[in-house]
Amino acid sequence: MPKVTIDGEQIEVPDGATVLQACELAGKEIPRFCYHERLSIAGNCRMCLVEVKPGPPKPQASCALPAAEGQEIRTDSQMVKLAREGVMEFLLINHPLDCPICDQGGECDLQDQSVAYGRGGTRYYENKRAVTEKYMGPLIKTVMTRCIHCTRCVRFSEEIAGVDEIGALYRGESMQITTYLEKAAAHELSANVIDLCPVGALTSRPYAFEARPWELKKTLSIDVSDAVGANIRLDSRGREVLRALPRINDDVNEEWLSDKGRYMVDGLTRRRLDKVWIRKGGKLQAATWLDAFAAIKRAKPGASIAAIAGDVVDCETMFAAKTLLGAMGSTLLEGRQTGMSYPTGNLAAVNFNSTLAGIETADAILIVGSHVRWEAPLVNVRLRKAVKRGAKVFVVGPHWETTFPAEFLGDDAAVVHELPGHVTEALAKAERPAVIVGGAGLAAGVLDAALALDVQRDGWNGFNVLHMAASRMGGLMLGFAQKGGIADIARAEPKVVLALGADEVDWSQFAGSLKVYIGHHGDKGAHAADIILPAAAYSEKDGTYVNTEGRVQFAEKAVFAPGDAREDWTILRALADAFGVRVGFDSLAELQAKMISEVPALGVEGLASYGKLPKAGKTKAKGAIRYPIQDFYLTNPIARASVVMQRCSAELLHGEDLAEAAE
Amino acid sequence: MADRAPHPDTLELRERWGSFAWTPANAEEAKKIVARYPEGRQRSAVMPLLFLAQYQVGAETNTQGWLPIPVIEFVARELDMPVIRVLEVATFYTMYNIAPVGRFHVQVCGTTPCMLRGSDDLLAACKKRGMAKGHTTDDGLWTLTEVECMGNCASAPMVQINDANYEDLTPERLDHVLDELAAGRFPKEGTQDPARHTVEPVGEPTNLAAMMTENHDYRGEW
Ligand code: SF4
Ligand code: FES
Ligand code: FES
Repeated sequence: MPKVTIDGEQIEVPDGATVLQACELAGKEIPRFCYHERLSIAGNCRMCLVEVKPGPPKPQASCALPAAEGQEIRTDSQMVKLAREGVMEFLLINHPLDCPICDQGGECDLQDQSVAYGRGGTRYYENKRAVTEKYMGPLIKTVMTRCIHCTRCVRFSEEIAGVDEIGALYRGESMQITTYLEKAAAHELSANVIDLCPVGALTSRPYAFEARPWELKKTLSIDVSDAVGANIRLDSRGREVLRALPRINDDVNEEWLSDKGRYMVDGLTRRRLDKVWIRKGGKLQAATWLDAFAAIKRAKPGASIAAIAGDVVDCETMFAAKTLLGAMGSTLLEGRQTGMSYPTGNLAAVNFNSTLAGIETADAILIVGSHVRWEAPLVNVRLRKAVKRGAKVFVVGPHWETTFPAEFLGDDAAVVHELPGHVTEALAKAERPAVIVGGAGLAAGVLDAALALDVQRDGWNGFNVLHMAASRMGGLMLGFAQKGGIADIARAEPKVVLALGADEVDWSQFAGSLKVYIGHHGDKGAHAADIILPAAAYSEKDGTYVNTEGRVQFAEKAVFAPGDAREDWTILRALADAFGVRVGFDSLAELQAKMISEVPALGVEGLASYGKLPKAGKTKAKGAIRYPIQDFYLTNPIARASVVMQRCSAELLHGEDLAEAAE
Repeated sequence: MADRAPHPDTLELRERWGSFAWTPANAEEAKKIVARYPEGRQRSAVMPLLFLAQYQVGAETNTQGWLPIPVIEFVARELDMPVIRVLEVATFYTMYNIAPVGRFHVQVCGTTPCMLRGSDDLLAACKKRGMAKGHTTDDGLWTLTEVECMGNCASAPMVQINDANYEDLTPERLDHVLDELAAGRFPKEGTQDPARHTVEPVGEPTNLAAMMTENHDYRGEW
């Protein structure tokens, strides 16, 4: 723990800290462009210069200099001031002064730092360098003349994403950042370079010229595109969400966000259900709420009513439905739309127990039936980190392109019963062994086989299930699970089925039921429905979500739902009135209080505790593993409605050449 | 330098170079080069392998050699590294030709010592023969490039042609060298000054003459 003096103040800093980090600990702001906590140190922008004694009598780049015992560091001397001004002046020599037409304006590091640390005027009257634009795909817009060569984007794609595709060609003044042969950046995290770019060289293509940051209302929310529950900020203006940006949460998403979570938001204004619809003679016709409630009442369900929750609904909606059904005497609740029926008696057995941050520290990992890159891109980032630290990874399931060395053991789920010797040995010897069971693994019945693996150590539980639906863990906590899965519900032949944004269900099993779709998008569920009640999307209501590691998180309402659409719980509350039953809440606060009194864990932000793992059962896993996601960009109704996601799917996955269309 | 860009990746280029592979001799050589680096650090061989590939392309096309995109991809495959990293290296160093060149790559040094000793005249001489900077002559014989210091300042001005340096040039001497090359002969490398052997002083030493006989201390005389 070296002691250093910073601007006359002595502080102790952790071993291995850099001078820059030491200065930050002392509360001094050090301007920087290339340095980023989560990337390797490049030391090429020189903006972080400080004065350090002992050392050469010139300013030093603090980001690349280890803090050492007895250093005297100054961040406020004349030398430092001049150094910063000088670096700033050099950077601006070749940076266009086009802030008025630059999308980064208002949230640009270069802009902010030149105001704070630069000279007031320019002394440069020569010609500036100009660089041609580079095509980087449907998400990233480039204005490469603005690039200051910090190489953050290069380091991100190489180190974090694990997909080497961005590079710096040529050198010196001619250096240019580009993807190889200007191909589209084609991994699930590509758009994070937009956040990383300290200037306006890489900006968001779908959001280009949409708004200035200071016009936007910022709402804290949770990403629902997968079960990771990335913390996001929704930026909205008026009734429209214009963009989603990651928030920093080291336990969940660090500071990254998948391209789907970031860019499906344009789907929030498309294909929306904003009217009540009733099917008459096979055709949907616009109707009023009263007509719809009357029609549902006419079905006289009594206790013969079921609720099926979709993948992106919040706990409040599910709880409201549960209470309504309870009041009517039914417990026909299910959330696993595609028919899975794994046991849910002990939630520890279907939870990501090592935690998302914890999996980074695992040293031997067996993945069974999960295409992690597509099912949870942010978990893939963690796996890559684990491998960089020396973890071995084995995968049971069809091959997918990993971003780290991994050994594929076979496509058939039965492999888990007879793992090759070196795999069992690696798991047995590991200090922190882990198994990750994905949706395809659950479907093939590997749960028991996985539970039988010894992946627990003192203070370490490496048994993990990786879900894909943002609503899954919350739904399971609220009891949205039947013993035999959705088949049990079909067998009960309910008179009325409430589909809570359920779009992946095979509705032919419910041919005899009155299907009431309560949701926000005209997707598969709405097409099959008899009555459609327009509801709110995740951005339009306060909601509680539980991610795949059992982390309870709250999302806030950013905008109002369009047209006649209402927040889901109000619809279910009104349905209770129509049926003449009492649910015991009249406001969201009351609903939440009731929900928390029933499931206390939902009231506490953070990891829910599910207790010990159960003993393994005897179910044998069998059958070829088939990953459920066919198209990463189109996994939920919001994404399917999004033009940006459709374009990503067409161009990045199906190789259609749409580059021209964008120009 | 902005005029330096990889030769466009076209179907024809793919067809011509897509199946590029080492000749048996070069395969041997490549193996030797890779073996120089410790296990796990094979990527360090990227520079010599690119150079080897450039030579092979040169031999196949009877030019100085260059690196078509498919050949760069071949080297990336050989070393199991991302092709963007190889392209970075190939574009960084100007000794890798990333666009086709002629039979002889005439690189005229234009840095200060050579310039003071008449490199402008050498460039003019080249131009007179139809060469233009950054271009290859129509007969495919000459490609002209102006380069920075080649480390031969003591015998400036100089020109590097493919692997050979020609020093102490005058326009006439350069013309002679180029004529010889064009005729398929190999002019003598190094200094072209008949009075000089290598970079020894011409005539009597004029600088630090007192140093000739002893380790003279000049400091008091400055
Ligand atoms: S494009 Fe942006 S992130 Fe990439 S090197 Fe340039 S300034 Fe840095
Ligand atoms: S932040 Fe230190 S050199 Fe860029
Ligand atoms: S200046 Fe021409 S070789 Fe040094």
